[in-house]
Amino acid sequence: MNETLTETRSVVVEREIPHTPEKIWRALTQPHLIEEWLMKGDFKPVVGHRFDFRADWGAVDCRVLTVEPNKTLSYTWAAYGLESVVTWTLTPTRTGTHLRMEQTGFRPDQQQAYRGAKAGWPRFFAALEQVVARID
Amino acid sequence: MPDPQDVLFKSLADPTRRAIFERLCREGEQTVGALTARAGVSQPAVSKHLGVLKKAGLVRDRHEGRLTHYSAQLGALAPLIDWTSRMAGFWQSRFDHLEDLLKRMDQ
Repeated sequence: MNETLTETRSVVVEREIPHTPEKIWRALTQPHLIEEWLMKGDFKPVVGHRFDFRADWGAVDCRVLTVEPNKTLSYTWAAYGLESVVTWTLTPTRTGTHLRMEQTGFRPDQQQAYRGAKAGWPRFFAALEQVVARID
Repeated sequence: MPDPQDVLFKSLADPTRRAIFERLCREGEQTVGALTARAGVSQPAVSKHLGVLKKAGLVRDRHEGRLTHYSAQLGALAPLIDWTSRMAGFWQSRFDHLEDLLKRMDQ
């Protein structure tokens, strides 16, 4: 069990999407569009910009790390002591775009992250599950 | 048989119980007496909370003479911190929404 707890966590979701990178980029970077599929937040595609995503279960603190229009976007993603980085990669294909999202998490063996996480996780994930259940 | 994750959620849902568990995480092994001194509830209440935490696997007890020492079992939190699968589910559903949005943007 300790082995799994000391790994850096990483989540990758990839999809072939029949739309151009330019259009997907708009959905990833314009707040009124982001709100429609992810969460409400004051995002700006500017490196260093701090913002938060808000939902009824809480907020996610973010900071923009990388902006390469129509290619790559990354931001930090911190909720209840959980530190991670979300990176979007857009690759044009013959039929549209290969969209890749990678979220790389903190190492749970780091005490500081753990202390922050232990109180918030049950609440965070309980709320998250409710949200996801409603979506489905 | 109840879902182990449900048991965990329920055992940590009570603020007093969560505070006891957090103190054990933070400060290490302690006796019921030491926990009671700062819990703001009676010793029987603390013992009851510890019983619930023990059932969920979140604490372990160790008897030494007349004293019982309790310690936090962080491994029991593993089902809650199965972060990868939870976040994967979250993002999959967000991708669905993104695709819906992209279709609407065509119109």
